[in-house]
Amino acid sequence: MPSKVNPQDLIRRVKKGEHAAASRALSIVVNDDPSSEALAKEFFKSSGSAQKIGVSGPPGVGKSTLTGRLIGYYRAKRLKVGVLMVDPSSSISGGAFLGDRLRIMEHATDKGVFIRSLASRGMIGGLTYAIFGAIHVLETLGCDKILIETVGTGQDEVEIASVADTVLYVTTPSMGDEIQAMKAGAMEIGDIFVVNKADLAGQDKAIADLKAALGLGHSAGQAVKAWEPPVLATSAKDGKGVPELAKELDGHWAHLAKSGEGRARLKRQHATELQFWIQRRVIKSALERVTDKILEDMVSRKTDPASIGRRLLGAR
Amino acid sequence: MVIDGVKPSRVLIAKPGLDGHDRGAKVIVRALRDAGFEVIYTGIRQTPEMIAAAAMQEDVDAVGLSLLSGAHLTLFPAICKELKKKGLKDVLVFGGGIIPDEDIPALKKAGVDGVFGPGTPLQTIVDYLKGKLAVAK
Repeated sequence: MPSKVNPQDLIRRVKKGEHAAASRALSIVVNDDPSSEALAKEFFKSSGSAQKIGVSGPPGVGKSTLTGRLIGYYRAKRLKVGVLMVDPSSSISGGAFLGDRLRIMEHATDKGVFIRSLASRGMIGGLTYAIFGAIHVLETLGCDKILIETVGTGQDEVEIASVADTVLYVTTPSMGDEIQAMKAGAMEIGDIFVVNKADLAGQDKAIADLKAALGLGHSAGQAVKAWEPPVLATSAKDGKGVPELAKELDGHWAHLAKSGEGRARLKRQHATELQFWIQRRVIKSALERVTDKILEDMVSRKTDPASIGRRLLGAR
Repeated sequence: MVIDGVKPSRVLIAKPGLDGHDRGAKVIVRALRDAGFEVIYTGIRQTPEMIAAAAMQEDVDAVGLSLLSGAHLTLFPAICKELKKKGLKDVLVFGGGIIPDEDIPALKKAGVDGVFGPGTPLQTIVDYLKGKLAVAK
């Protein structure tokens, strides 16, 4: 990858809608290359208009295929769609198999769709530290809708709620009873719930379980929700239920705009982006100073995690 | 532990044309993942245009083509042409599958840098990519 780029030229080309420029800009931002900060500043300025839709849920429930269906729906309405798909990096080799894209290859040559696969690169929680930078590039590219697919790790994958405007939680008819649906974590953050693979048996019970768990009532002290998360059935395989789902997504976007919740979420997203930025730099610089000598000292109990940790954080 | 800040090379593995035999491609995907690459797989039956578009959007360092149908002399050069058309002049193209030795010069001339036939040890391909991509960076 040639590292010589003119930031101004690159931004101008991204604003014009050039996919090649967006692709290069994404690499620079994601890799945290030397010119990334100057670029990221500019991209941040021209961002903030697209609906960011998080697609979350356990592995294998059909998130990618459903994402493909939504792309098709939005493209029929002539909207420009950006897609970010996150898959896990290996904690052993650092490599990754980014296998979501192959489910939506039918949109590969559509000039109104830009798809990028991202590796989690060490971040836990279903996303990657570079996710906001990537989103801002796609917003600058002029995308109306940005679909963000999380890794799909399971019950505690909640980071997406501080990244997306609307969180779609996808499950299937065989993912467990209402006890599963009552647990804290991913189930609490969905704005719209989808029981996918509705062509399989058990759809009605799955929907009933979800609705029952969501409708167990408001706990004392909790404000009445202005948005009641709907539960829908889809079949990404044949496209059933997708227009209804898209309608709910639009409905939630409208709700965000008129309720003030949209602004609150945007602030939460910015707080998270700032948190990622700080974490990325503080953790990186501190961990880079962990030497073998320090570990040796810990083994021989000359020091302890708290003492050495404090020293590493303080000594800049 | 993966520390944020490493920049693994990115490789697209693609299967062009009418060939559903993707065991080999999947073995390569797995080997490259284990060698520390970020690997994107297109799945089977892709057109040269689809492969080039994916390579562009993913900003990959290399594209690996797998074909067992015998159409490599048509499809591999067509993909190289599409990549150039999209401005991807620096992307390393390599391939494998059922490819007779006498076809290799023509493929190299078309822009396929390395050709790996059946029985190539995985380490050979990993070393080849690491060598080539380290120079390019």
